[in-house]
Amino acid sequence: MSDLSKLTIAQARDAMRKGDTSSAEITAACLSEIEGAGALGAFVHNTPEIANQQAAAADARIKAGDAPDMCGIPLGIKDLFCTKGVPSQAASRILEGFKPEYESTVTTQLFDAGAVMLGKLNMDEFAMGSSNETSVYADAVNPWRRGNDDAALTPGGSSGGSASAVAADLCLAATGTDTGGSIRQPAAFVGITGMKPTYGRVSRWGVVAFASSLDQAGPMTKDVRDAAIMLEAMCGHDPKDSTSADLAVPNFEAALTGDIKGKTIGIPKEYRMDGMPQEIEQLWADGTTMLKDAGAKIVDITLPHTKYALPAYYVIAPAEASSNLARYDGVRFGHRAKLAQGDGITEMYEKTRAEGFGPEVQRRVMVGTYVLSAGFYDAYYNRARRVRALIKQDFDKVFADGVDAILTPATPSAAFGLGEMADADPIQMYLNDVFTVTVNLAGLPGIAVPTGVDKQGLPLGLQLIGRPWEEADLLNVAYSLEQSAGFVAKPAKWW
Amino acid sequence: MSIDTETARRVAKLARIKVEDEALPALASEFSAILGFIEQLNEVDVEGVEPMTSVTPQRLKRREDVVTDGSQQEAVLKNAPDAREGFFAVPKVVE
Repeated sequence: MSDLSKLTIAQARDAMRKGDTSSAEITAACLSEIEGAGALGAFVHNTPEIANQQAAAADARIKAGDAPDMCGIPLGIKDLFCTKGVPSQAASRILEGFKPEYESTVTTQLFDAGAVMLGKLNMDEFAMGSSNETSVYADAVNPWRRGNDDAALTPGGSSGGSASAVAADLCLAATGTDTGGSIRQPAAFVGITGMKPTYGRVSRWGVVAFASSLDQAGPMTKDVRDAAIMLEAMCGHDPKDSTSADLAVPNFEAALTGDIKGKTIGIPKEYRMDGMPQEIEQLWADGTTMLKDAGAKIVDITLPHTKYALPAYYVIAPAEASSNLARYDGVRFGHRAKLAQGDGITEMYEKTRAEGFGPEVQRRVMVGTYVLSAGFYDAYYNRARRVRALIKQDFDKVFADGVDAILTPATPSAAFGLGEMADADPIQMYLNDVFTVTVNLAGLPGIAVPTGVDKQGLPLGLQLIGRPWEEADLLNVAYSLEQSAGFVAKPAKWW
Repeated sequence: MSIDTETARRVAKLARIKVEDEALPALASEFSAILGFIEQLNEVDVEGVEPMTSVTPQRLKRREDVVTDGSQQEAVLKNAPDAREGFFAVPKVVE
């Protein structure tokens, strides 16, 4: 078989079980693709020795007939996941040299299921960013280009390396994490599927924390079936994460019937933004038609507090980040600044954090510190948490009225050029998450599915939002949309 | 709300991030822009709404108050920038 790295998880699983190929062969194909794809900046720490060992073990397991679905599947792992003995630095200088002594629950589960780790993937520093430009490793690059223009585009962020690697067929799938849209926005920018599960579905243990009440890990895959397969391996109850839900994990792949007759799909009017490009409007209208033609009932809905989601997020996320990132003090791990004669411990903290954190991380830590400080806690932090409760109530009402899933655009535009937002104020960059951030605030599952291309040939995606804990149902609606859209475009290889 | 350089200096101090004097005005103006954006929240009627503490309706789980692991001194210190004789080493804390 040629082009082994292009396989989906399901195709690779079936081919390996039939004996048509092996994990060793697919892994070798991926490692060779990674070797030639330095220009994408997707992989930042390669782990070929681990990959080859895991592949050999997986092949033995497949031969013995005891192989879970993920057995032998080569993956990229976002740098936010702690992987034992392998650099895990959240794309930050402050974690330079950090090699965890433990393995995150998600990667433990994936490896127990036989998955193969090819290496660690680029991202925005501490997952703070929407373009992968805040990474200490330099930018990850989108494998897609605008027609014949060779300007480098962003793969989105924060899971930009994951998005780039999957879209460019450097791996079969990748892990991502999503605090405000960091799986779904990059997935949409590169034409792949990205899913954020319900808050509490996937253990956060061993995932470097950004905003703990919003963070969720999820799969970034070539199609919806793969998202179902990989999500199942990632989720489940974990006593080491006190917010992990003690719920049975369904067989998500078995839910993919494509039959959505009688399902009710809500179209929220507040997501029709002023100045939204015509192409996004059209994409959304087309997606609505596809679901309707598949037998779903389309209803107009209202989520009145949508407008306040981004401002609430930019209080809550920085507040939690300022608390979570207090641990980077130059004492227990990572970078410590060189001190001058007479410097005490306060200078050590201040210099270490000034050298170790990039500008966006510093900005968010300080904004978080401000909104939590005496005299402002009520006015900012508590008010934002109240608004968050209202945003969740908006969704609760819609679901109580019988809506099964909500269809929205995934992003307000196609991928933009690296550096294009350099002079914009930070809020312009924050607007990238306008359609995705509500889902994190309400703790809901959301999935981005590629459904079209813009006039420059760049991929565009739609987002489906589901009821809490009903990922199986949501995946099935996404599967139906995927079947109808028939998106098969791939970036032309230039790297 | 407009943030002055003194407030920016105080916030940087609270966050334990060294910011040079000449960088403070730019920082203050960025804070002002972000806080201006956040101030939209004042338009929302939040009367009688409880601040959200958990997005899923579950209380945090509790466990038995017992030792579950330990004796991992070497692993704990492995990544320390400066560890000596089984301790984290830091500059002098008290005179």
